[in-house]
Amino acid sequence: MLNEQSKALKGELTEAVERKIVRVSQVTKTFKLGKVDVQALKGVDLDILAGRYVSIMGPSGSGKSTLFNMIGGLDKPSSGKVFIDEVDIAQLDAYELAWLRCRKIGYIFQTFNLIQVMTALENVTLPMIFGGMGNEAAIDKGMELLDLVGLGDRYQHKPFELSGGQQQRVAVARALANNPAIILADEPTGNLDLNTGEEIIALLKNLSWERKVTVISATHDIKMLNVSDQVIWIRDGRIEKIEEREDLTISVGSVGERW
Amino acid sequence: MSKHTSNKVDKQSSEPVERQVVLPFKQSLAISFKQIRVRFFRSLITTLSLVLAISFLSFVRVSNDVANGLLSTGDPDFRRQLIRAGYDLGPEDVRAETNPKQRWIVILSILVCVVGIVNAQLMAVTERFREIGTMKCLGALDRFILRLFLLEAGMQGVVGAMAGALIGGFFSLLNSVIRFGNASLTHVLLSDVFFSMAFATGVGFFLSLAGVFYPAIIAARMQPVEAMRAEH
Repeated sequence: MLNEQSKALKGELTEAVERKIVRVSQVTKTFKLGKVDVQALKGVDLDILAGRYVSIMGPSGSGKSTLFNMIGGLDKPSSGKVFIDEVDIAQLDAYELAWLRCRKIGYIFQTFNLIQVMTALENVTLPMIFGGMGNEAAIDKGMELLDLVGLGDRYQHKPFELSGGQQQRVAVARALANNPAIILADEPTGNLDLNTGEEIIALLKNLSWERKVTVISATHDIKMLNVSDQVIWIRDGRIEKIEEREDLTISVGSVGERW
Repeated sequence: MSKHTSNKVDKQSSEPVERQVVLPFKQSLAISFKQIRVRFFRSLITTLSLVLAISFLSFVRVSNDVANGLLSTGDPDFRRQLIRAGYDLGPEDVRAETNPKQRWIVILSILVCVVGIVNAQLMAVTERFREIGTMKCLGALDRFILRLFLLEAGMQGVVGAMAGALIGGFFSLLNSVIRFGNASLTHVLLSDVFFSMAFATGVGFFLSLAGVFYPAIIAARMQPVEAMRAEH
């Protein structure tokens, strides 16, 4: 216990000993398309530290989504290993994988993917119910989370009664339901206009800051770069470069010029 | 998974929480019910083929019960009327049985109905790919999905089959009254009619479950990535 506490303390003091929440080692992934094998990932090594805001950038077809699904425990590598919180996801059975998805990871999707027949509150409480929380407690926490994302007064609305930005906020609240260690956001601003997109980015950034949640997002969105602690550029199934926050201001400048 | 990110998580998992996702039965029931309510029109159409098939089954069986009630009186008048109405009665027969032709038509209608249900449920599964994938991302197990679909079909089955049995029974009795007069109602054994309608309801419920089983298994086995990709 003491040991853990001191570890946590050290982690806060120096980033160098921070915990690796995601570790990807020598991962390849091959898809069969008819008779042709397509290698989407050609040996990726990657460490993501806990509590950071990481963006994965890359053109479509670069293997970005494949890597992203791998990190999210949605897909298994053809070779190599993916560790989430030091657990090899290839070793998990269906139950453990479901538990991991439920408790450790929160997902945010480009298309929001709220369950259409449920109200905002029910959408947020669903993962808590899967996680074994009682109904009352889940409702309390669900309301608290909806308040946090600024939708406390719209808890009874169905997804189709909410705007895109509001739906994405509900999705953020849902992702936070079980206090996950990682939030995976797949193009979270892809279906939103400029302003709402910025709001969602700010919300995610705040959450990662306040709750010490690791946010990993796959994106094309240049706005994301400003808030990222680390940007991973993927090209042609390999990591092209990894930029830390310090280097980033420069590259954002140049990116800005290019666009 | 033994390590934890924050104190909050630590506190939670130090409680004796089993490391398994759960979906209480009451919750599944509520979700399934909601699905039916929201897709009411679609559910109605799915159920309608069941209602028709079951009402036909119920009609045939209750008509037989009425015929048996009339035969049990021993009145030769009724016997003549029944034979004129199309019952194959030998001079010695004391009970009317469903004739093979009727039986085949009932079986055919039931087959058509099952194919209809499978078709409709396959559509329902395709329509809900994304929702199923989302649920799986949130931690749903295969059997949650299976249970949701089975419950939904079960509820549709009970309602549809009961409606079918009642409609079939009602029209059968109406038909008998018109053909044989009030006597048909006074002589028929109520317990027989009840049994026939209960049988028809049971068959309908079973058919509804049988029809959804294959689509539900497809839905439950789906990998979340595939389910998400199906959209794009």
